[in-house]
Amino acid sequence: MNAPNKSGWKPEMQAAEDGFLGGPVTTTGNRALMLEEPLLFEIGRADVTGVDLPEADASAPTRLGGLERAEAIGLVGLTEPEAVRHYTRLSRQNYGIDLGFFPLGSCTMKHNPRLNEKMARLPGFADIHPLAPQNAVQGALEVISQLGEWLCKLTGMPAVAMSPKAGAHGELCGILAIRAAHEARGDAREVVLVPESAHGTNPATAAFANYRVEDIPATPEGRVDVAALKARLGPDVAAVMITNPNTCGLFEKDFREIADAVHAAGGYVYCDGANFNAIVGKVRPGDLGVDAMHINLHKTFSTPHGGGGPGSGPVVLSEALAPFAPLPFIRQNEGGEFYLVEEENREERGPSFGRMTAFHGQMGMFTRALTYMLSHGADGLKQVAEDAVLNANYILRSMEDILHAPFAASGPCMHEALFGDKDFTDGLSTLDVAKGLIDEGYHPMTVYFPLVVHGAMLVEPTETESKAAIDQFITAFRSVVTRALEGDEALKQAPYYAPRRRLDETAAARKPKLAYEG
Amino acid sequence: MRYLPLTDTDRQAMLAKIGAASVDDLFVDVPEVARLDGPIHGLPMHASEMAVERHMKALAAKNLVAGEVPFFLGAGAYRHHVPASVDTIIQRGEFLTAYTPYQPEIAQGTLQVLFEFQTQVARLYGCAVANASLYDGSTACWEAVAMATRVTRRKRAVLSGALHPHYAQVVKTMAHFTGDTIADALPAITADPDLEGLMSRIDEDTACVVVQYPDILGRISDLTPVAEAAHAKGALLVVVNTEPVALGAIKSPGEMGADIVVGEGQSLGVGLQFGGPYLGLFAVRDPKHVRQMPGRLCGETTDAEGKRGFVLTLSTREQHIRREKATSNICTNSGLCALAFTAHMTLLGEKGLRELAAENHRLACLAADRLAKVPGVEVLNNAFFNEFTLMLGGKPARQIVRDLADRGVLGGVSLGRLYPGVAALEHALLVAVTETTTEDDIERLATELEAAIKETV
Repeated sequence: MNAPNKSGWKPEMQAAEDGFLGGPVTTTGNRALMLEEPLLFEIGRADVTGVDLPEADASAPTRLGGLERAEAIGLVGLTEPEAVRHYTRLSRQNYGIDLGFFPLGSCTMKHNPRLNEKMARLPGFADIHPLAPQNAVQGALEVISQLGEWLCKLTGMPAVAMSPKAGAHGELCGILAIRAAHEARGDAREVVLVPESAHGTNPATAAFANYRVEDIPATPEGRVDVAALKARLGPDVAAVMITNPNTCGLFEKDFREIADAVHAAGGYVYCDGANFNAIVGKVRPGDLGVDAMHINLHKTFSTPHGGGGPGSGPVVLSEALAPFAPLPFIRQNEGGEFYLVEEENREERGPSFGRMTAFHGQMGMFTRALTYMLSHGADGLKQVAEDAVLNANYILRSMEDILHAPFAASGPCMHEALFGDKDFTDGLSTLDVAKGLIDEGYHPMTVYFPLVVHGAMLVEPTETESKAAIDQFITAFRSVVTRALEGDEALKQAPYYAPRRRLDETAAARKPKLAYEG
Repeated sequence: MRYLPLTDTDRQAMLAKIGAASVDDLFVDVPEVARLDGPIHGLPMHASEMAVERHMKALAAKNLVAGEVPFFLGAGAYRHHVPASVDTIIQRGEFLTAYTPYQPEIAQGTLQVLFEFQTQVARLYGCAVANASLYDGSTACWEAVAMATRVTRRKRAVLSGALHPHYAQVVKTMAHFTGDTIADALPAITADPDLEGLMSRIDEDTACVVVQYPDILGRISDLTPVAEAAHAKGALLVVVNTEPVALGAIKSPGEMGADIVVGEGQSLGVGLQFGGPYLGLFAVRDPKHVRQMPGRLCGETTDAEGKRGFVLTLSTREQHIRREKATSNICTNSGLCALAFTAHMTLLGEKGLRELAAENHRLACLAADRLAKVPGVEVLNNAFFNEFTLMLGGKPARQIVRDLADRGVLGGVSLGRLYPGVAALEHALLVAVTETTTEDDIERLATELEAAIKETV
């Protein structure tokens, strides 16, 4: 049932009794190049170090106020060769974009250019202190300023707040600016409307900013129910949070109409910009009536996500919200010198809602993003959106004959194609397809999101995949889906060839073991 | 456009499969008003690798690199030597270009690293459980306050005046919107932290007391009485640490009774990077508080063959499950920075961290003694780790810092910059010393400081 790859090699599924591929058990637990790696705490030793430092002189006078640490901390060390081997072996149990296709919908996992890494490591960026005198860091302030200018121009927005540390932190920034703007005009509003297809961070953000969250349903076509939204607008609604393109992979074509209605009711429009990759260079959110939108630099502008972070979430702001942007922000004086506006610049800071992080945001991500923007230019970024959308529609049309595609009839998708598991044989689910794809050498798509589709599979190829790579993925995806449709029980045990078989997440949560004990 | 593999032939073939005449047909749902047909005004076209490199290098060259001058800045970001192997480890593509470990079977590398990281942080802090990291120390500090309000069902946080003012600002910004009350104060400019004053502000409505250790003036003292005073009133003690290397030499906050310990992990593995990305550390002393913790947690479990493996766990507290009922809206961690921290900590080990801490302290003592001899300069601290405060005898510290930069010395952080408008701190200079500081650097600072003071009216 597995599709042979180009070389014609085909894994044998000679199931042993438990469904596992037969073969001898090795003494070490290793499987050829897949090496089992113990925990650091099982191989490290307290008296071993991988760095050369002066031996501590126990008799040296200290000024630690009698607080010298008496007990052992409980750390262990490895020598340099051991440490390099330990982490290199662990790295091989990971799937990354360097290894292959990573079609995680809404996460936008594209190629990470190494030029970005090289530039971020220039000592002029990597080795400067956030509180250095400002005359010593003019180039760094200029990078932030240039990147901000790109973001404003690409989005058609007049202002940008650079300090938010990640997408969700950017959401918080936008919502706090909205709250501050309402407060400034003495208008206490309590409700934020969030469509049910929104990222889970949207309602969490609004609640964290002390708003009451109300859901707005989606239409059967996978878009915001405009009538329901309009009917809910009123003097208690502070803002609407909408993702566009949305998490069903569709463009909210009535966005302008929604924005006009929200504004007429005295509210603001927050746009979750996680999916900006689909429209960069093609659509300016400012023209749609957006008041605030965060941009995940790692998604659209290719900063690496490092197994979960760091992210970076600058927020573009409308005229109405710009004065409330967080501190610090950068200005340029008449002599062309850049300077930071901070707490002390009382007149210039205006009604800023204050500081949301200690320093200036994710400088290391800014240098990477700016490098990527300069590499692509305005023309290249437009091509990014076009190719991302083309690739997604190609997958949508290549799968819709065998896989339920709830919104395929709504027209083209944007940068991601959404499927559901309703046609699968009883007992087989989206999870089984995902795990089956692992055996085919792919990172699975986003699963069970958005919640509006049963057993959702959200596939986002991005623009950095070749047609050949996408065709190969489609072949594998069709094969696994076919097995799910035919009720292939073996899928329930997948993956077979990953470093680990299915992991018991219930046990992990029931009796949490969150640190090594020993 | 070297990052885009599709050729025009590919594009035509794919459009044919889709049944579209042109790519613009795929954007049919975008209303006319929002379409951008022409080029974007004022943005350049694509450029070669060489051209981009030239542009970025020109910008980098406008900055004074810390490692090229005598350097004494701290205040929440420290310059330490990072072993070369740390950067090669984090540049492994499988770590660098991986996503959040949503499919644990093919993300064991990231997950095992996070488990090791959590163990290292918990032990360093003297706590039971640490999470898989937050954005940075300042946001972790707010999350600790928010967690304390959840645990105690009280809404008032008492901040030490010697908490990093930027951290205090972050807490105050957030509390303004959540309706929590923040009681803060100015730091007492005394040789030791004013713990009596802090304790006197704790009352029955206090959710937590937040104290920094070592504090923003570099001072350290035993926090056990503060923990007892907080607990006596039913409040939690939150201890903030911005220099994890210090904990290689001094008692852990958990040992002194802290309930939540948060901090900045930048010192180990991460580098200065003009303020970010950094690494928020978050730990709790009592395992019963685990379900109230914000952020990601990695837990141990077994796979279908009984082999040990790791997964993200307790996600029922999180935004993607609980939506508006989540403990926090945070949906990421500083994964790559956590890896750098762990790799650096692994290379150090217990022995190396203690030696590193001892070397930092030795050089800091040396610097304090030498700088105390500069006419007009007084060292404020009785006790410190690698950072201390100089009182400049009435001379404005901001001016002196700028003058020192002009003389090619990055001489410290003016406390006036951190506490604008507080007259008593206008003459205070915060000086940090690490293992990267040489004795020549110290001598150079002393000499230039003496000259700068003389020339400043």
